[in-house]
Amino acid sequence: MWNYLRKLSSLKYYYEWSGKWVPWLTGFTVVLMIVGFYWGLFVAPADYQQGESYRIIFVHVPAAWMSMFVYVVMAVAGFIALVWRTKVSEIVVSECAVIGAMFTALALITGMLWGKPTWGTYWQWDARLTSELILLFLYLGIIAIHSAIEDSRVAARVASILAVTGVINIPIIHYSVTWWSSLHQPNMQLLSKSPSVHPSMLYPLLVMAAAFQVYFFGLLFIRMRNEILYRERLTNWVKKLLARN
Amino acid sequence: MLNVFLTVIRRDLLVAFRRRAELMNPVLFYVIVTTLFPLGVSPDVHFLSQLAPGLVWVTTLLAALISVESIFRQDFEDGSIEQLFLSPHPISLLIFGKVVAHWLITGVPMLGIVPLMALLLHIPGQALPVLWVTILLGTPILSLVGAIGAALTAGLRGGGMLLGMLVLPLYIPVLIFASSAVSASMDGLAVSGQLAMLGAGLILALILAPFAISASLRISMG
Repeated sequence: MWNYLRKLSSLKYYYEWSGKWVPWLTGFTVVLMIVGFYWGLFVAPADYQQGESYRIIFVHVPAAWMSMFVYVVMAVAGFIALVWRTKVSEIVVSECAVIGAMFTALALITGMLWGKPTWGTYWQWDARLTSELILLFLYLGIIAIHSAIEDSRVAARVASILAVTGVINIPIIHYSVTWWSSLHQPNMQLLSKSPSVHPSMLYPLLVMAAAFQVYFFGLLFIRMRNEILYRERLTNWVKKLLARN
Repeated sequence: MLNVFLTVIRRDLLVAFRRRAELMNPVLFYVIVTTLFPLGVSPDVHFLSQLAPGLVWVTTLLAALISVESIFRQDFEDGSIEQLFLSPHPISLLIFGKVVAHWLITGVPMLGIVPLMALLLHIPGQALPVLWVTILLGTPILSLVGAIGAALTAGLRGGGMLLGMLVLPLYIPVLIFASSAVSASMDGLAVSGQLAMLGAGLILALILAPFAISASLRISMG
């Protein structure tokens, strides 16, 4: 186990290892997205109150879930980067910041588009919108400081500290904001015996959530591979690889 | 060990008192920013007193942000921080001493100026004790969390704007609990919940922040 992980922390080995995964992840993303979108947009019934506009949740909810999941991945990778100083986890941190900001922005934008017909306004200062916005600020802060420092290894460790600090703060921020005001509907109960979402809507949502999950890892691997090639562009193995292609 | 801690504080206070003129700067900044709000929003008494808890605390956040930016700058540039790292004492403790000294220089004067702020913004006298307690509990958190950001940006040129981006989102819980405690006390409601949350935040920051600050400084030194 430790040996395997140690191997995986070498950039060259990771590049080869992730290369095997990328086609699978890409394929699964495409299949799941097609199934999920078709199911959600055409098969699932319209909502009796919100009509067709509710269908944006098939993008909005998975994006919101991913915005938090990616932060946790980033913080764990940041912790590993600080303790063991592995280059691979440093790259995970910087790439997760970009992908996480993207998911957060997507969740906010789709939420605003949904809010206009449903609440009658694009923006409400309610707890979840606000803490999602703060999450976006945290991501943007990490991206900003990462790009401000030239030495990529120092930049990665600074970003890691921020990611770990942020992950302690996110629950605090979240609960303080919830406590401050709440207008948003309560969390969906998906796994309880009587789920608050009807199965005809729940299953396509879960398919989309799986699609986003696979998409995240596929995107992360592809972005990391590019970064590895760039960082190692002066080494022999990259030169050989480029010469071969 | 306590001796070393006190020595660091004494040294930083001494350096600050050598340049006495600068000591007043955070307080002056505080007063000037506060006067901007009646000018920019409205001088109406009811309106102002309704906004006042938020205004006082937003101003406190900004003052803390600006003052914390330079907490390590000079020591970082002249190499004093490196000397601290070379000493045999635990670095977190030494750095914690620096943060305490910083709070004594910037946070404590705020306690003195707050009654004046309350007067200018028409905060009733009954809310003053609570406002004081929130400043007392809140500003150390701002110094501790801000010092993490300052340590991360210490080696960067023009880190001020960046520091705001990193630190202000982390200040939000303090803003929420502190300003809500003040407005609750103005309405004669119970404030123990908010104050307890601020106290818990302070304890958490006291325990964790020194480690994060010293780790950040170590990285910034390269």
